Amino acid sequence: MAFPYKKMTPDDFDAIRGMTAPDRVWVGEEIPNEYFRDEMPEYGVFPPELYVEVENKEEVSAIMAYAWENNIPVVCRGAGTGLAGGATCKYGGIMLSIMRMNRIFPIDRKNQTITAEPGALLIDVQAAAAAEGLFYPPDPGEKTASIGGNVITNAGGMKAVRYGLTRDFVRCIEAVMPDGSILNFSSNVVKNTTGYDIKDLVIGSEGTLCILTQVTLKLLPAPTCTCTLVMPFGSLEECADMVPKVLELPFVPTAIEFLERELIDIVERNLNKLFPVKEGNAVLIVMYDASSKQELDSAVEAAAEAALANGALDCCIAGTPERAASVWAVRGGILEGMKADSVAQEECDVVVPRARIAEYVKAAKKIALSHGIRVEPCGHCGDGNIHTEMLRGPEMSDEEWKTATHASLTELYALSKELGGQLSGEHGIGNGRIEFLKEFVGPRMIELYKAIKLAFDEKLILNPGKVITFEPEEEI
Amino acid sequence: MKIIVCMKQVPASSQVDIDPETGAMKRLSADTRTNPYDLFALETALQLREKLGGTVTVLTMGPAHAEEMMRDAYTMGADKAVILSDRKFAGADVLATSYVLAQGVHVLGGADLIVCGRQTTDGDTAQVGPAMAEHLHLPHAAWVAEITEADTEGLEVQQDLGSVTQVSRMTYPCLITVDKDLCVPRLPSYRLTRATAGRPVRFLSLADLPDQDLSRYGLVGSPTSVERMFAPPEAERQVYLPGSAEEKADALFQILTSRKIIM
Repeated sequence: MAFPYKKMTPDDFDAIRGMTAPDRVWVGEEIPNEYFRDEMPEYGVFPPELYVEVENKEEVSAIMAYAWENNIPVVCRGAGTGLAGGATCKYGGIMLSIMRMNRIFPIDRKNQTITAEPGALLIDVQAAAAAEGLFYPPDPGEKTASIGGNVITNAGGMKAVRYGLTRDFVRCIEAVMPDGSILNFSSNVVKNTTGYDIKDLVIGSEGTLCILTQVTLKLLPAPTCTCTLVMPFGSLEECADMVPKVLELPFVPTAIEFLERELIDIVERNLNKLFPVKEGNAVLIVMYDASSKQELDSAVEAAAEAALANGALDCCIAGTPERAASVWAVRGGILEGMKADSVAQEECDVVVPRARIAEYVKAAKKIALSHGIRVEPCGHCGDGNIHTEMLRGPEMSDEEWKTATHASLTELYALSKELGGQLSGEHGIGNGRIEFLKEFVGPRMIELYKAIKLAFDEKLILNPGKVITFEPEEEI
Repeated sequence: MKIIVCMKQVPASSQVDIDPETGAMKRLSADTRTNPYDLFALETALQLREKLGGTVTVLTMGPAHAEEMMRDAYTMGADKAVILSDRKFAGADVLATSYVLAQGVHVLGGADLIVCGRQTTDGDTAQVGPAMAEHLHLPHAAWVAEITEADTEGLEVQQDLGSVTQVSRMTYPCLITVDKDLCVPRLPSYRLTRATAGRPVRFLSLADLPDQDLSRYGLVGSPTSVERMFAPPEAERQVYLPGSAEEKADALFQILTSRKIIM
């Protein structure tokens, strides 16, 4: 067992500088504190002992081989936009940033794929595809996330309803193992039944199994037209009830989101982004992509008719880029708006079967309110991934907030399980959800997780203490 | 309260090529859209109607296919739509365009309030609204950033005029041109799409206008001649200031004071 890890010495610092370059290595207090945490400092703030920016897979390999030999923990970091406290140095050691490895290679038109290094930003990968008339659909909202981070956390986002998750677009991966060896998982092929499908295991492993150094992604022809509909309803429950009705239509929506008026008000008040629909206590936002105007018009009409038949106050049509932008700007401003409107936030990112969304939403509000917490459910209701946002008011003490959120989360996860759902739909376990995972998946599954982790990283040096923990670390 | 909103159908893409030989704009796409600024004008009018009652009529000068834009205005809540369409209106500059629109307002029996967008995204002159007000002898305020008060007698508006903010009170009848971001234009409603499907759009030609003097219309009535057209140089420039935070702050202070942005 690797724990306790080696405390890094000046000799270790020099060794890493020798493998890379002195101006790409920072140690101790030189390290800016933005590298101590991800987007959710609530899930842990941990200073690394050394921060290094690598430029190629050979450097990653050399650092991992050294860390393996010397029992030093390593955490790989992308753009730091994670929401689970995943890319943090819980046990000190090395933080290895791949953000300088950001090359995007020319698009392979014959295979309809794009290959990029992990530090390339999602927005740049999407733009490179669009420049060739192609389309990389996964879009978790945070466009300044790294593509490596997207793959290693299996990023979802709102277009998952139609296109699926990041995993559905990964053809192959090149990665450095914890001992420094370099492996390729699958290749640029459409099918593969060669041995265990380790590529799919690595995707979503949250940096605990290996470090990505290159990914090849599948692309689609870009849709030529798009339309966003906003269906205002009297209540959030009615909104949720509408979701299966939209899914029953013979047109596959690209995204289905819902928003309560209170959340819209928060964004309008704090970010001065005005929502173009004033009716309704809650709205369902439905987006369609199509390859012809005729196909789009048919989808829009069918959805609008269905909305009116199911109690919508109206169906508002955002058919131009400006109109759609006025809708999505408010949806995209939720996290920022809530941060401005509350002292702290906690988020429950469960996913439930789509048929159970309404039940979850109704029960979730009751649960949080029973613990005295302001709650705002919103999110990707087209795929059942409901973000239940809990907001801390200024009147709550630290202790009250901690107790109330813990109690709420415990009940919300139990509710999700009862409805046939999962603990996390897209944010992952990281450091923030570990305490709930064991109860959720059960002891046999935890054993399996541990065996997988050990098969990749028997010394437990890669992103230790995340997703799965081992004794005696659990004591810490 | 009778409100008229002036609108224009413009190319959907703001990217245009200029023919180096003739200086004329080459449209890259046949797609059209409502001038985005005019949607703010329509929303402003609809909000005033909701507050004060009355009707909202949308008015445009353009070809027959401008009907598509007028139907879109119906789905946002406009009550009536009128298109001034005649081959003799073609080639109009600011003066001739504003004159046709003013004539249209006469045919409609005038209005308590006329609302225009600040400018169009293709012509960019921002002059048609104020020119119309002159033809109609109406008080007007351009580039209105906020309507601070509105009642049945008149409006109080706030204009951002670069270095100053001006607050004016005007009694009806009057004309305003509105800036974007004073509101968010509502989306077209499917209910209204169904309800207004059979509602006619009124067409007016030169023969319907009170002034039949041909020298006031179209190319003949347009004193403006375009000498040359060119794409303006990139207006945005970035300057990177190196150094520590203190050095950067000093350098920034020097730049701002040398340009008299801060004194």
